[in-house]
Amino acid sequence: MNPGITRDIQAGQALPAFTAGPISRHTLALYCGASGDHNPIHVDLDFARSAGMDDVFAHGMLSAAYLARLLTNWAPQASLREFAVRFVAITHVGDEVRCTGQVVERFEVEGESRLRVELNARSQTGELRLSGVAVVAAI
Amino acid sequence: MLDTRQIGAVLPAFDARVDAGRLRFFAKATGQDDPSYIDAEAALAAGHRALPVPPTFFFCLEMDSPRPAAMRELLGIDIGRVLHGEQSFVYHAMAYAGDVLRFEPRITDIYAKKGGALEFVVRETRVTDAAGKLVAELRATTVVRNG
Repeated sequence: MNPGITRDIQAGQALPAFTAGPISRHTLALYCGASGDHNPIHVDLDFARSAGMDDVFAHGMLSAAYLARLLTNWAPQASLREFAVRFVAITHVGDEVRCTGQVVERFEVEGESRLRVELNARSQTGELRLSGVAVVAAI
Repeated sequence: MLDTRQIGAVLPAFDARVDAGRLRFFAKATGQDDPSYIDAEAALAAGHRALPVPPTFFFCLEMDSPRPAAMRELLGIDIGRVLHGEQSFVYHAMAYAGDVLRFEPRITDIYAKKGGALEFVVRETRVTDAAGKLVAELRATTVVRNG
């Protein structure tokens, strides 16, 4: 954990990026059990095909958890005020999820200085999978 | 078409206990290597009172409802047709292993796009601690693929 890192940060600063994966079927099985999201479309190929998909695909919330790691690697979780993600495209088995973020704004709410951070999760070929935004208190 | 008269419907509230072992399992599944999310002593050293609930884990706890399919059943949605469209969290306080959190979900919007080919259900969930204090607010948008 990285305490107090938000103190002097201004718009334009990038968060330390990282890449997770590649996402294996084992990753999806682990996430299925750990998350409690037991939708078979993520782990059961027969079910996925019966639902019209070519293959199982990753839980969107797995990539959201990677983006949350990007945030908590950078700032203490207790300073996190908001976190929102939009699932733009399906993340496939074998994808490597590159997580990036950038501070876009500093603003104030009830005397608390806050930073707005834009987040992206992209595949290894650069295709956008998730976009997100977070609000972090600058302690 | 989904029944828009269900906008405002209250889904069953439930309590979920945060289990430390489950948090470690979640850390493993998400590649989390920060020891303060894995090891209780490291969490204490980092200023936490126990292993913290990570930012997206509130959604996982919401899946621990005794009736996780309540919304789909109410609206008659086939699980093979659903995608997760959006998810947001507003955080009011940290939560930790050992806490018992109360989840109160309700349906706040239902709408269609592309002539009904896609339908959207918005669910908002209040999360409070044992003292009744607001911990987090969740907002999930489920997408239903029709045809």
